[in-house]
Amino acid sequence: MALEHADVQRAAHLARLGLTDDEAARYVDDLGRILEMVDMLQALDTEGVAPLAHPLDVTQRLRADEVTERDQRSRFQQCAPAVENGLYLVPRVVE
Amino acid sequence: MQWETVIGLEVHVQLATRSKIFSGASTAFGAEPNTQACAVDLGLPGVLPVLNEAAVAMAVKFGLAIHAEIPEVSVFDRKNYFYPDLPKGYQTSQMYQPIVGAGEVEITLEDGTTKPIRVHHAHLEEDAGKSLHEDFHGMTGVDLNRAGTPLLEIVSEPDMRSAKEAAAYLKAIHSIVTYLGISDGNMAEGSMRCDVNVSVRPKGQEAFGTRAEIKNVNSFRFVERAIAFEVERQIELLEDGGKVVQETRLFDPERDETRSMRTKEEANDYRYFPCPDLLPVVLDKAYIDHLRDNLPELPAEKRARFENELGLSAYDASVLSATREMADYFEEVKDVCRDAKQAANWVQGELAGALNRENLSIANSPVSARQLGELVARVIDDTINGKAAKQVFQALWNGQGASADDIIEAQGLKQVTDTGAIEAMIDQVIADSPAQVAQYRDAEPDKRGKMIGYFVGQVMKASRGTANPQQVNELLRQKLDALC
Amino acid sequence: MHDKTLAELTRSLDAGDFSSRELTQHLLGRIDRLDGELNSFITVTHEQALAAADAADAARAAGKAGTLTGLPLALKDIFCTQDVKTTAGSRMLDSFIAPYDATVVEKLKAAGAVSLGKTNMDEFAMGSSNENSHYGPVKNPWDFTAVPGGSSGGSAAAVAAGLVPAAIGTDTGGSIRQPAAFCGITGLKPTYGRVSRYGMIAYASSLDQAGPMARSAEDCALLLNAMAGHDLRDSTCVQRGVPDYTEELGTALSGLKIGLPSEYFGDGLDPQVEAAVREAIKVFESLGASVREVSLPHTHYAIPAYYVIAPAEASSNLSRYDGVRFGHRCANPVDLIDLYKRSRAEGFGDEVKRRILIGTHTLSEGFFDAYYKKAQQVRRLIRQDFLDAFEEVDVLMGPASPTPAFDLGANKDPVSMYLQDIYTIAINLAGIPGMSVPAGFAGKRPVGLQILGSHFTESRLLNVAHQFQLATDWHRQRPALAEENT
Repeated sequence: MALEHADVQRAAHLARLGLTDDEAARYVDDLGRILEMVDMLQALDTEGVAPLAHPLDVTQRLRADEVTERDQRSRFQQCAPAVENGLYLVPRVVE
Repeated sequence: MQWETVIGLEVHVQLATRSKIFSGASTAFGAEPNTQACAVDLGLPGVLPVLNEAAVAMAVKFGLAIHAEIPEVSVFDRKNYFYPDLPKGYQTSQMYQPIVGAGEVEITLEDGTTKPIRVHHAHLEEDAGKSLHEDFHGMTGVDLNRAGTPLLEIVSEPDMRSAKEAAAYLKAIHSIVTYLGISDGNMAEGSMRCDVNVSVRPKGQEAFGTRAEIKNVNSFRFVERAIAFEVERQIELLEDGGKVVQETRLFDPERDETRSMRTKEEANDYRYFPCPDLLPVVLDKAYIDHLRDNLPELPAEKRARFENELGLSAYDASVLSATREMADYFEEVKDVCRDAKQAANWVQGELAGALNRENLSIANSPVSARQLGELVARVIDDTINGKAAKQVFQALWNGQGASADDIIEAQGLKQVTDTGAIEAMIDQVIADSPAQVAQYRDAEPDKRGKMIGYFVGQVMKASRGTANPQQVNELLRQKLDALC
Repeated sequence: MHDKTLAELTRSLDAGDFSSRELTQHLLGRIDRLDGELNSFITVTHEQALAAADAADAARAAGKAGTLTGLPLALKDIFCTQDVKTTAGSRMLDSFIAPYDATVVEKLKAAGAVSLGKTNMDEFAMGSSNENSHYGPVKNPWDFTAVPGGSSGGSAAAVAAGLVPAAIGTDTGGSIRQPAAFCGITGLKPTYGRVSRYGMIAYASSLDQAGPMARSAEDCALLLNAMAGHDLRDSTCVQRGVPDYTEELGTALSGLKIGLPSEYFGDGLDPQVEAAVREAIKVFESLGASVREVSLPHTHYAIPAYYVIAPAEASSNLSRYDGVRFGHRCANPVDLIDLYKRSRAEGFGDEVKRRILIGTHTLSEGFFDAYYKKAQQVRRLIRQDFLDAFEEVDVLMGPASPTPAFDLGANKDPVSMYLQDIYTIAINLAGIPGMSVPAGFAGKRPVGLQILGSHFTESRLLNVAHQFQLATDWHRQRPALAEENT
């Protein structure tokens, strides 16, 4: 499946990655070749094969409904770039 | 042209777990910002989710309550998008294999008729945090306390045909989840929120019209109003030759209108894929059976029992089973006074009126079910008459006594049924009212019935309301007629 | 002192030949002197290390020594370490002081280990050469013009250079085994789910697994004893008892059935690497093992399947780096989208961006079935290849990498770099355990023999590797840098 400039720009936007046009052009080339390599999969007949999401056939363990975490806000917010009154700050969100 | 409205609801119910769906942080409402957002909720590098058993059990209980299929395997997926209140950049949800399959909810309309509404599925997911838009130097503040609170999203089929049906459906869901005790159902605190899909089509047309989605409607009333506005808007648009655009709209309760949310510059592409940090949830039959065996009586069952076994009217049964608190209250009154109809009358009459006046919920009633039951019992056994009963109720409401009996005793409200005592009071009244007696005597016999009211009132007054009104009536008639 | 294995160091500490503090000081001194050029550490935690060493010496004096008490090691900078900078090799996390310890770190601390610091790595574990680190490339201690392999290149180089006797790495597509091979040390990727991933910064969640990198199979067994086991914080970590991995080390190999996957000896395999591996196989035959050829028919689909699954998971795992709660945030964002786009553009390096873009693209609407679902189906076929092979044989053997360590800067093209992982990647897709053990040299660069087993056969793999190390001394070879007696 061929990859176009618009595909890369779209992926970059979905992934919120700022790319210059030059960078995007370079990634069109790189990603195109990676996808070409990946396209080899299409040659394989996988009709009726169940997708494998986890390498082991194990099931989800359930946790008891208990409050085990205490307030660590000040510790956690030490690594935050911008906080005020305990809130994380971001540029104004318009709803 | 005749139009038909088609409505489907997506109801988000916050589950009443102690801890979050994937972490051990508390879900309590109203804490200081970010004090209940642990490492997992914040999506710190390296953290991983572990599923809360109570959230699973609650979802399954709901499924059982709506007679839904509970698949053996369900899977969590990631819904990927960026937003400040979504710490990981994805919401863990269930896209392809939800925990609850297709089911059905019966709604009761105002005329007492019922209608089944199909539920397409219900799935578990995590709630997002909150963005606070008050001014932080032009910035938005993000509080992630709510992030990771378990949500059950209940997706209906487009089976509703009016705003009233939609409201009735929402009430039915509310009543099921509160009966089950899986949510506090507090809409003001956001414990239940809903997205409404609305479209219209010419009556008789098979194909659905283009729908608009109204996001985040937070009360029964708003659901009705939002739909009413939206239906009108769409019909007007179509009749003017326009087209309905598939879009997301917001309901503004202050202006009583829906309006288009700013269309994002690109369509969303959530890139759902199975969450690799969580494994398939496999529920065995024993687990599901155990939950089924421990389900409480549900609203529909309760309604049927009230009607069939207690002999209540369909309307009474439906009102009294609407919420678990109401039903529990009524049943306790009934158990104490041993008369379902009297209990129903009092709960829906005197009590409901008083609660309404003071805008209280039944859970906060100053008169307990036991107190009311004891009061009703005293009416039934003729200890007090109806008038005194209202006085006793008011006294209980005002906290002027611990029980009906205490108040009856203290205020001397016990009904006087001693014929001698009543006769003495009547004789006194007749002696004190020569003019009225003369009028009575001179009146045509068929007018006398009305005139007796004056004497009854005087005797009741003399007894301070405690004389048995029937006896008073009876004896007065005899005595007055004897004077004629 | 810096030449010994963990097992030997424990004996010396027990005998009182030196204290943990002396050992730690000696190694910290070597790091200070030698690591400038090698660049195997991102952060060296002198003070914490000495404090931990003192505590270990006290515990030993009190007769309370655990299995790893007083033994120095290093942690790949992908493990969160409380109050210590944890970068994952990325500018994105250059300022990130982790507020908690990864489960593996907790367990190692509890066993008495002394961490000297955090080792260099390819950014977010994406790479096979350690050239993708924000903190600069790591050199191969055997040859400074060569790469140490990746992504756990810093861990491998530090052990090989005699800066630390052992280190912890992670392996998503070969990131323990390939650098172990390139640097001539012993590395083990355990079965997926054997070791907790909690606190290990995620690259591709269904493939990532932590494991030991050391100077001998015996040391790997000692470390795995401390690292393995169930963790209530990781849903994918199995609830399964942890055996004593040292217990079976001494078992003789007579009757061992070894399979050689024909696909692992095909085109593109360096003749010197092949010769060394075949020579090693002969050693096993001499120890009583039988050898037969087997086939893993879907081998060549492993890299394409991996480059769908791993980037897809990564694209989602790395969305949390948005400049809001931690990590790099661009200066003066004008609006939300600018905050996201610039913070992420500035914080992530080239290879990380490439994988985020591939993953985002292959998961997006219209492509999901053709890429992601297809890759997961192929993943099942690949796992089945291994399960079938293990019906026939006990272990599989082959080269860990088609070539010895390549020159720094040699693989500029991403696809040709990806193809380097041809022998290691399928193992992660299948979730089985794999080891690389030193098996000779191609010129002056080491060659690694890869040993693979079925799920949860780590004891067997360690036994096989240990017996090989009793019969050979490749694992005792040291680069000149480590020979230096200071």
